Amino acid sequence: MTRAWRWLLPLTAVPVLALLAYGFRLNPRDIPSPLLGRPAAPFVLTAYDGAAMDLAALRGKVVVLNFWASWCYPACYEEAPVLERGWRAYRDRGVVVLGVDIQDKDEAGRKFIGDFGLTFANGPDRTGKVSVDYGVYGVPETFFIDRQGSIRVKHVSALTDQMFRQTVEQLLGEPVPPR
Amino acid sequence: MTSPSAPRVRDPRVVAIVAALVLIVVETHAVAQPASRPVNEQDVYEVAAQLRCVVCQNLSVADSPSEMAGQMRAIVRERLAAGQTPAQVRQYFVERYGDWILLAPPRRGFTLLVWLAPLVAVLVGLTIVTLLVRRWTGRRRVAPPAIDAAMSERIRRELERES
Repeated sequence: MTRAWRWLLPLTAVPVLALLAYGFRLNPRDIPSPLLGRPAAPFVLTAYDGAAMDLAALRGKVVVLNFWASWCYPACYEEAPVLERGWRAYRDRGVVVLGVDIQDKDEAGRKFIGDFGLTFANGPDRTGKVSVDYGVYGVPETFFIDRQGSIRVKHVSALTDQMFRQTVEQLLGEPVPPR
Repeated sequence: MTSPSAPRVRDPRVVAIVAALVLIVVETHAVAQPASRPVNEQDVYEVAAQLRCVVCQNLSVADSPSEMAGQMRAIVRERLAAGQTPAQVRQYFVERYGDWILLAPPRRGFTLLVWLAPLVAVLVGLTIVTLLVRRWTGRRRVAPPAIDAAMSERIRRELERES
């Protein structure tokens, strides 16, 4: 009996400890997106300035699709200038930045765009369909879509200049798909 | 057209315009009709109750008062109205959010562990209790001291005297 006990206790503890060790190594905020490598869902939104934002029409370009909200402080506030800088630096090289304002009031959204002097297309997702199509669960979230229209990178939390540059350069460096 | 002035509107242009309008109305209805069928709110609730509200802590899409959950309920309703089955609607969300969107983890793969672990824990607990009980009761299973004939005779006599 005593011999059995000597083995039973550690044997029960091992799987529990192994599970805990695995669990604590994971980042609970890091929810893997099943969308990576899959075609980006097409959508058409009307931008705040009235222009049409049609993703399907941008095939052949690298698209940086950013989900934001004016109430998302501080991350979206840190990120807005990064997106604007990135857009200005890469717009002539076939990169398009699109902003989707979610769960927001029009007035607040327009003020945000004005305050940061954003010149790339930004529009509200009034029905939440675009957000759900991209599996968005918070803001900010940014999707990098390659020239073939596939989602390649999903970034949660504020984007940095370096991250923007690196990802966009990598996608621009890939061969252009035959049209 | 049924008014007394009806005979006066015989101008072919007017007739053509009215006919065109009627056609447009009929067409829109014909197009809209098959796309939406009546949706049972209970079905919407049942699908929404299985989905995690993405902006909440431990609330389902059915229970959350948040705007995002409201939009997700609208999407569920719309997809059911378009003729999708509850399983297809659930799959639509899983394809975008992963299994994470389901409040009950699927009973396969790694998350099967979540379903099996409590059973295993109960079995291990029962085994431990059984072993302990057997150990405790086993100790008392010592044979009582033997009573010789003289002693039992004495006990019998004393009992008789008592009664």
